Amino acid sequence: MTRGKPALFGDCRTLALIVCLEAFALGSGANAEEAAPIFYSVQIDQLEHRWGDGADRLRWDLEGWVGGDTNRLWFRSEGDDRTSGASGGDLELQVLYSRHVLPYWDFQIGVRQDVVFAAGPNKERTLAMIGFDGLSPYWFELEPALFISDDGDISARLTTTWDLFVTQRLIAQPRFEINAAASDATDFGIKSGVNDIELGLRLRYEVLREFAPYVGVSWTRKLSGTADLARDEGEEASNLSFVVGARLWF
Amino acid sequence: MDDDFRRWSRRRFLRTTGGVALLGGFERLLPAYALADIPAAGTTPAAGSGGSREIDLRIQRQDLAIGGRRGSVTSINGALPGPLVRMREGETVTLRVTNQLDEDSSIHWHGLLVPAEMDGVPKVSFPGIGPGETFTYQYTLKQNGTYWYHSHSGLQEQTGVYGPIIIDPVEPEPFEYDRDYVVLLSDWTFRDPYAVLHDLKSRPGYFNYQRQTLPDLTAEISEKGWRAALADRFSWAKMRMDPTDFADITGSTYTYLMNGLPSASNWTALFGRDERVRLRFINGSAMSYFDVRIPGLQMTVVQADGQNIAPVRVDEFRIAVAETYDVIVAPTDDRAYTIFAESLDRSGYARGTLAPRTGLEAPIPERRPRPLRTMADMGMGMDPGMDMAVGGDATAGGMAGMDPGMDMTAGGDAPADGMEGMQMPAESSPAAAIAGKPQPHGPDSHGRGNSLVPMELRSRLSEPGDGLEGNGRRVLVYTDLRSVAPGEDQRAADREIELHLTGNMERYMWSFDGVKYSEVKSPIPFHLGERLRLVLVNDTMMEHPIHLHGMWMVLENGAEEYLPRKHTLNVKPAERLSCLVSVDAPGNWAFHCHLLFHMDMGMFRVVSVTGSSAGETS
Repeated sequence: MTRGKPALFGDCRTLALIVCLEAFALGSGANAEEAAPIFYSVQIDQLEHRWGDGADRLRWDLEGWVGGDTNRLWFRSEGDDRTSGASGGDLELQVLYSRHVLPYWDFQIGVRQDVVFAAGPNKERTLAMIGFDGLSPYWFELEPALFISDDGDISARLTTTWDLFVTQRLIAQPRFEINAAASDATDFGIKSGVNDIELGLRLRYEVLREFAPYVGVSWTRKLSGTADLARDEGEEASNLSFVVGARLWF
Repeated sequence: MDDDFRRWSRRRFLRTTGGVALLGGFERLLPAYALADIPAAGTTPAAGSGGSREIDLRIQRQDLAIGGRRGSVTSINGALPGPLVRMREGETVTLRVTNQLDEDSSIHWHGLLVPAEMDGVPKVSFPGIGPGETFTYQYTLKQNGTYWYHSHSGLQEQTGVYGPIIIDPVEPEPFEYDRDYVVLLSDWTFRDPYAVLHDLKSRPGYFNYQRQTLPDLTAEISEKGWRAALADRFSWAKMRMDPTDFADITGSTYTYLMNGLPSASNWTALFGRDERVRLRFINGSAMSYFDVRIPGLQMTVVQADGQNIAPVRVDEFRIAVAETYDVIVAPTDDRAYTIFAESLDRSGYARGTLAPRTGLEAPIPERRPRPLRTMADMGMGMDPGMDMAVGGDATAGGMAGMDPGMDMTAGGDAPADGMEGMQMPAESSPAAAIAGKPQPHGPDSHGRGNSLVPMELRSRLSEPGDGLEGNGRRVLVYTDLRSVAPGEDQRAADREIELHLTGNMERYMWSFDGVKYSEVKSPIPFHLGERLRLVLVNDTMMEHPIHLHGMWMVLENGAEEYLPRKHTLNVKPAERLSCLVSVDAPGNWAFHCHLLFHMDMGMFRVVSVTGSSAGETS
């Protein structure tokens, strides 16, 4: 996993510092007596093993933030690492400035780094990201985002989750993700059009709010040109996997 | 004379034996009032003829056992709660408070009318008490009754810095009793309150283990049909509001205490045959409202917030955070009675016993199911004439099929106008707040710090509150409160200030008018000598106990010239209420929600009382 560690980390620190300083400055600007406090949160939504039609994988999806009520520094990371067949995987990192703009919504802007690693040299690209993070009516957690890569490729993503309380601690979470691109990025297995959709259902048990083991299923379907590209590479366009993992929070 | 003496001796005897017996069962030091009834005023060290008294309080960090588990307590004079501070009306008291912590501390005398610099709010009335320092408070007592004191520094109050105050009256009280007990209710967590805040800030429902579940839905469907049940769920979901949200912090982390003791330790108050017992209930909780009852006994409420009121016989009363209610009970049977204080969200309770002898216990009532918020809490079209006496569980069904009819989401960065609250001439709404007539909410949705605004706001003073409706008990309501003496100031209001109580539960942001204290540029100006109407409008879906320092809030509850004086006003969801303030105390005063974490998050203001010549304010 240490292969191709993005050079982005240094930039992250700088950005974190800037955002924190700004948050402090805004907090103390109005009422010198009462500086707005700084909070943080880290949530590992997915830390799971997937067994499925394709290669088995270890997958993670996490996010966290630090800041005040208005300005926050966010980071997100998701990716997977094959645990069967040929080694390889992919890694995505986002570092974002997030601003609370509506009661339930944050506006976010930042950078994303993609790394695809396999037997050969890593493939990397950097993207600018703009999007929202929030809660829609009917309790849908929504993350719509728009990206422009350093090659000028435009793509979009929408992720949504929803919590259904079976009991106070047993919670079913459907998850839906859709990716689309305006242009081809063949190196990253992407053709223009709708690239893929992912449907998941995870049933977690909150032993603690901070620790919730889960089981679930995840179904990924690559579409149109992206699907063809996958088939050319000898991969399945459709992949159903059974997942076991834990959601962690602190 | 002879009778009095006998009674006194018997009380003395019982107190002594009771105290010793109870002490045997405890692992730690409890303040004296928790072990025995309070000697009548005549038996306390008489106030010197000069009328002065000196009291020393020491704040320190220590490990104490709470329900068999050790907790890190910020204690006062080694005890949790702190000692009873007992004083006499008219005397000048000197209170030396020594801070033995490694952080700043403070003591605020809740409900006491003291000079601004003696009020004990760091950065408002004084700098605070630094580590190792002693601050000497000195003031003359202008009042009598039951009050309390607590730290006003950060979240310190949650860790134990609170205790009761009794100020004995100069004139005899208009009621009689034989025994006198403080019943201080509080909430305790073994966790660091800042860790609790972190949890709330990251996941607002962290402590709620009473949400609506899928099996609940099947029960709802069989009860009222799938269409109504689903419509009900959908209407709440559409608003992104949780109808089970009654307490930010619940029994999942809290141990509820009565005079510092958890339910299992069974704090006991003794009574003798045919004796009347005065119970001075104080809610010293950081975050918990309680519904108090003593099954088998009616309670006669004689004081509210330390002020004598015309006696009201009730079966149950809700005590908001920081309120006090003095009740008198007259047990007739030679048996034990349970003093039951159930948290508003029903996630736990504090309990004690009223008994003729030590070691007795009465059954502990079952906790009632947690209620659900109703459409009235959302400020959605209620017929003002409609009787509110509907069961808590049933009412949510009333939401079925109701579309809020407007977008409940607050606007974007809509400038929250008037950091100091909207100010308007008093004649624009003469006492409309008590008329019970619903008023639509204005166009200002208070920005991103406020999740929604109710469609309309109305007086709910005659309602017992969510979870207490239609239970067949006589429950105290605010319209019951009627001062025994007419108010000294019967002037009409010269000016009106309207403040909206606002919040965003999803982000755990709390504010007035959508503006947090950290964003406020200047204090709210009050003019010395004016008669002010303060209109409080609760735009949130929670109860908020609003506390004004230094001056009474005279609740406009329809009692004409007998309006009750309050230091803390419970404002229900979607309620609009008003109170009158005789602005007679110069200086800077705190004004805030007494839910500790709400205050800390910014539901706080400073009120600046200046001479009426001060035209430069705001």
